[in-house]
Amino acid sequence: MDKLTVPQIQQKANDIREDIIRMLEKAGSGHSAGPLGLADIFAALYFNILNIRPEDPEWADRDIFFLSNGHTVPVQYAAMAEAGFFDKEELLTLRAFGSRLQGHPERERLPGLENTSGPLGSGLSQAAGYAYTMQYMDAIKHRYVYVVMGDGELDEGNIWEAAMFAGKNKLSQLIGFIDRNNIQIDGSTEDIMPLEDLKGKWESFGWHVIEIDGHNIESIIDAVSQGRAITNRPTVIIAHTIPGKGVDFMEYDYKWHGTPPNSEQAKIALEKLRTLDGKITHEGAGV
Amino acid sequence: MSYPLDPSLFSDNMKLDPTRAGFGRGLKAAGEANEAVVALCADLTESTQMHLFKEAFPKRFVEVGVAEQNLVTVASGMARAGKIPFTSSYAAFSPGRNWEQIRTTIALNNQPVKIVGSHAGIYTGKDGATHQMLEDIALMRVLPRMVVIAPGDAIEAEKATKAIAENGKPSYIRLAREKTPVFSVEESPFEIGKAYILKDGTDISLMGTGTMTYQLLVAAKLLAEQGINAEVVHVPTIKPLDEETIVASAKRTGRVITAEEAQIAGGFGSAVTELLSEKLPVPIHRFGMQDRFGESGDPKDLFKAFGLTGEQIAESVKTWCVDTPRYHQEA
Repeated sequence: MDKLTVPQIQQKANDIREDIIRMLEKAGSGHSAGPLGLADIFAALYFNILNIRPEDPEWADRDIFFLSNGHTVPVQYAAMAEAGFFDKEELLTLRAFGSRLQGHPERERLPGLENTSGPLGSGLSQAAGYAYTMQYMDAIKHRYVYVVMGDGELDEGNIWEAAMFAGKNKLSQLIGFIDRNNIQIDGSTEDIMPLEDLKGKWESFGWHVIEIDGHNIESIIDAVSQGRAITNRPTVIIAHTIPGKGVDFMEYDYKWHGTPPNSEQAKIALEKLRTLDGKITHEGAGV
Repeated sequence: MSYPLDPSLFSDNMKLDPTRAGFGRGLKAAGEANEAVVALCADLTESTQMHLFKEAFPKRFVEVGVAEQNLVTVASGMARAGKIPFTSSYAAFSPGRNWEQIRTTIALNNQPVKIVGSHAGIYTGKDGATHQMLEDIALMRVLPRMVVIAPGDAIEAEKATKAIAENGKPSYIRLAREKTPVFSVEESPFEIGKAYILKDGTDISLMGTGTMTYQLLVAAKLLAEQGINAEVVHVPTIKPLDEETIVASAKRTGRVITAEEAQIAGGFGSAVTELLSEKLPVPIHRFGMQDRFGESGDPKDLFKAFGLTGEQIAESVKTWCVDTPRYHQEA
C-alpha cells in the first residue's frame, strides 16, 4: 500500500473520526472516547506505518497489528474501511446481528484482524508470541509486530507478564503503543490505580520507551522509525492522547468511555469534525 | 475388533508409568513429525515432561516463567504466526488460572493451541487440595471448539499427544502426576472422539475416563467373580463424546455407572448423563469427587477415602444393580 503524506494522514484521521461518530450513532451502543482519541494513531498505522495489502489481508509478508483493548475497535474498523479492506458502507453494520463488525473484534469474522480481543490485558502477549516466532524461530528480520494497548488496561497483570517476557527476549521487532488518555471506566487512571512512573516502569522491564503527543502524525511516525532502529529491545510508545479528541463535548470526559452519541449529539459532532471546529470551510483542506 | 489389553494387567509385574511421561514422549515424536510444533512451559519443564522436547528442539522451546496467563496468550500469538504450540503447566494453574485467556484468545479466536494440564486428579497425592485439579474437565468441556482428552494410561497419552498435534483445533489434555497402571498396548486403537469397549458385558456398563478406566477393569473382574457381567467402556475423549458407542452400550446393558478422578459436577459423568437423559434415559450412578476438595495423602489412601478403588466400585455396583432396575425401551 502506498504511504500517505502527513497532511493526507491528518485528513484520513478526520475521516476516521467521522466514520466513528456515524457508526456509534447507528449502533446505539459502543465506546466513543477511546476510538476518537486513537484516530491519529490508526490513521498513521494504516496509511503509513503498516506494510499491508488490504486486497490480500493474509499476505505472508505483511506487518502484524494486534489490538489489545478490543473495545476501541470502531477506530480499527474505520481505518480498515478507509484503507480499502472492505466497503465503508459496512461500517454502519457495527454491532448488528450478523455483522462482521462485532462489538469487540473477532478475528475469524473479518479478514484483516489478527486477533480476537475484548477482555483486557492479553494483546501484548499475543504480539510478543508472534514477534518471538519471527525473531527466534523463523529468522524473519523485515517484518514488525505492532500492538495498541489502553492505559487503564495496564492494571491487568497479564500485561506485565508479557512486558517481562518481551524484555527478557529483547523482542526488537515488537512495537507497542499505549493510549495514554488518563481515563478508565470508573474515573481517572491516577485515581483508580496510579500508573506513574509509567516510563520508568517500562524501562525497568527492559523496554525502549518513547513519549509522544499521540495526535501529532509526524511524532507517531518518527517514534516508530526510532523503535525499528532499536535492535536490542522492544519499544513502547506512550502516546499522550485526548479522549474524545475532535469532539469538544466528549474530550477529557470519562463518561464518554462507554457511551455512543445520540442523533443530535452525532449531528453536532460531525459538523465540528467536518469543519475542524469551524477552522475550515471545505473538506480536504490541507491535502 | 476387540481392544487388546496388556497381558501383564492385574499381575504382580503390571506396568506402571505416569501419563505425563507418555505426553513427554508423544510431544517429542510430534516435534519430529512436524516442525511447526513448538512448546512453551511455565517453569515446570521437567515436571510436565517437556524437557524431552526441549533437549531435542531447543530453538522451538520457550520458557515463560511462572506466568500462566502469559503462557497461553503468547502461544495464541505463535499460533497466529503458523505454529502449533503446546503449553504445559499444572492443571490447577492452566487452565485453572488462565481460563479466560484460553476462552478468548484460543477458543473464540480459534487457534490450535494445546493446553496440557499435568497433576490433574487425586493421583497428585501429597501436594494436597490446591494442586489436585478436579474442576478442569468441567471448565474445558463447556468451551465451544475445545477438544478434551483424559488419556487412560501413558501409552494412550503418547498417542493422544501426537493426535492433537495434527487436529488443527484448540485442545486440552489432562495428565496425572503419579505412575498409573498401563492397561493398553501399542496396538490398542486411539482416535480422538472414539470410546472403546475394553470388555463386553450384559448386566451394566462401567464407563470411565482417564486413569479411572483401570479401576473399572478391576471392578469388572471382581463383579464377574460374583456373577455380574459388566461391560467396560473406556472414554478417553470427553469432548467430542462418542455418542454412538455410549448409547449402544447403555442400550445393551440398561444400566450405567461413570467414573472420573474429578468433580462429578460438570465433568465426564455429567457429559454422559446429559447425553443419556436425552437419548436413552437409563439409570446412572456417577463415581468421582462428590462436591468436595481433595487433601494430602498417598494416592492409594485418597482413592480409598473417596470411594474410588476398583474394589469399592465393585461393591457399590453390586448393591446398586440389585436395587436398580434396568432400563427397557418400549418396543
